[in-house]
Amino acid sequence: MSTTLRQPGSAPDRTQSTPIIVLDKVNKWFGQLHVLRDVSLTVAEKERVVVCGPSGSGKSTMIRCINRLESHQEGRIEVDGTELTDDTRALDQIRREVGMVFQSFNLFPHLTILENCTLAPIWVRKTPKAEAEEQAMGILRRVRIPEQAKKYPGQLSGGQQQRVAIARALCMRPKIMLFDEPTSALDPEMIKEVLDVMIELAESGMTMVCVTHEMGFARQVADRVVFMDRGEIVESGTPVSMFENPQTDRLKLFLSQILRGH
Amino acid sequence: MRAVAWARANLFSSWWSTAVTLVLLYVILRGGWAFIDWAFVHAVWTVPPGPNGPNTQVCYAAKGIGACWAVVKEKYRFILFAFYPYAQQWRPAICIALFILLYAMSAMRRFWRKELVLLWIITLAIIGMLMWGGLFGLPYVPQYQWGGLPLTLILATLGLAAAFPLAILVALGRRSTGLPAVRLLCVVYVELIRGVPLISLLFMATTMFPLFMPNGVDIDKVLSAQVAIILFAAAYLAEVVRAGLQALPRGQAEAADALGLSYWRKTGLVILPQALRLVIPPLVNTFIGFFKDTSLVLIVGIFDLLKAGTTAVADPPWQGFGNEIYVLLAVIYFAFCFAMSKYSRGLERELDRARRR
Repeated sequence: MSTTLRQPGSAPDRTQSTPIIVLDKVNKWFGQLHVLRDVSLTVAEKERVVVCGPSGSGKSTMIRCINRLESHQEGRIEVDGTELTDDTRALDQIRREVGMVFQSFNLFPHLTILENCTLAPIWVRKTPKAEAEEQAMGILRRVRIPEQAKKYPGQLSGGQQQRVAIARALCMRPKIMLFDEPTSALDPEMIKEVLDVMIELAESGMTMVCVTHEMGFARQVADRVVFMDRGEIVESGTPVSMFENPQTDRLKLFLSQILRGH
Repeated sequence: MRAVAWARANLFSSWWSTAVTLVLLYVILRGGWAFIDWAFVHAVWTVPPGPNGPNTQVCYAAKGIGACWAVVKEKYRFILFAFYPYAQQWRPAICIALFILLYAMSAMRRFWRKELVLLWIITLAIIGMLMWGGLFGLPYVPQYQWGGLPLTLILATLGLAAAFPLAILVALGRRSTGLPAVRLLCVVYVELIRGVPLISLLFMATTMFPLFMPNGVDIDKVLSAQVAIILFAAAYLAEVVRAGLQALPRGQAEAADALGLSYWRKTGLVILPQALRLVIPPLVNTFIGFFKDTSLVLIVGIFDLLKAGTTAVADPPWQGFGNEIYVLLAVIYFAFCFAMSKYSRGLERELDRARRR
């Protein structure tokens, strides 16, 4: 590991602008298992946060709490000024603004690529069909896959499917994008095409929270890296300070394990 | 040449398979010939008229050797329409044609749109009007005079058409996590209905249920049986649908949730189209089962196709010619059930083709 401590670049400090996601002392249990312990995290508008940690550390659970695919039992979660509770109307409101990309893509196999992208805009945003299709084609071009619009998900490669999944989420014009290990299920040669799309998205000013082990991606785009272990946030900071000057033994151990293969 | 090669590879590949082939060939030829001999070679096709109705001497003479198809010729009107007034039997005949037309149109994917529901409602209304009459100068025919094939088709079609949506609701209810009361209700419904034989349910519906009604409220037997069939079929279909719901990966529901789709949109647009496609074979299996199970209504005295058939050969000159009637009934039931299963296999292939790589 290098001993020179590089300072963060002269990029604008996005971490200081208005908070859009606030987690305050969030606790969650699966039965007896305490999976989130006093997790507090604030994400500012346009900020890019990468969450990493060993498997079972609660990082996926945390990100899934942000759009309430999992509900928390203690603490507060506020997204875009609205608190997440059992109120389904508020929840629908929030989910419209929060796009999510899954490890296993979760495209709808019975719909074409274009239909996957227009389903939610048509039924949730009430966009007229022609307009929704036009928007979707624009976004499919952005993820560089417009020629596949009439195909079904099963006819695409993993990397293509994940790019469609990103496009599907973007078609709702969300304010926030959540990525839950978007490249973990991909063959190595397809990881780059997905990361390229994510980098382009980050550069366009999207607020992003990514659970990923792609440390190159973290270095390149993250404003902040959050390291979780055993349900708690152990350390957080800029990618450079985290990777080159880890403060805790747990992070040192984790970095040594994931960097071994690189 | 290809036929010979095929036979060598599949029928005579070893001495053991050759032996099995020969034995089966013998059984098939023997049985097939016996049937042809009975059904065609020695069959009696017509009987001369006698002083008191048809003279069935010829048939009795040929009994055990040849079939007496004269009974079918003589009784087909009764078997198809039972006690529906003879002069009005063109009405149920049109109803049969309408049902078959309705099935055929529903089967074609290019008619799969919202208007199909309307078509069903209109067709069923026309069938109701034709069967009951009392309008446009058609004499009124009460339900107790209905019978035969139209009644079987009504019980099966209405039964399954009403049971299927109910089954979907019950299956969804049984899987709902947020509403424990609804879930319990659905579990109790399925287990209770599934736990009793259809026959006892039919008895309860037609004889016991009216006892609990206030005096003067007369509940029609056909209607009671229809309700019993709907409730029974729905419980079975609900379990088939639930299997489909369970087979879907959880990610599908999560992706729909994450996009902000409401519960009903998620269910209608993402979950059900996939879940139902997965269960087409068991679904059709249940449909076919219930089509035939409608014949159980004969035990509460409703003249469905089977009961009309058995009643036809209770007529003294024709007693003892049940076999011929049963062959006819088997052909009719088989035609409907085989069409269903053939269609479902085609549908599966068609729905799969687009998604395959």
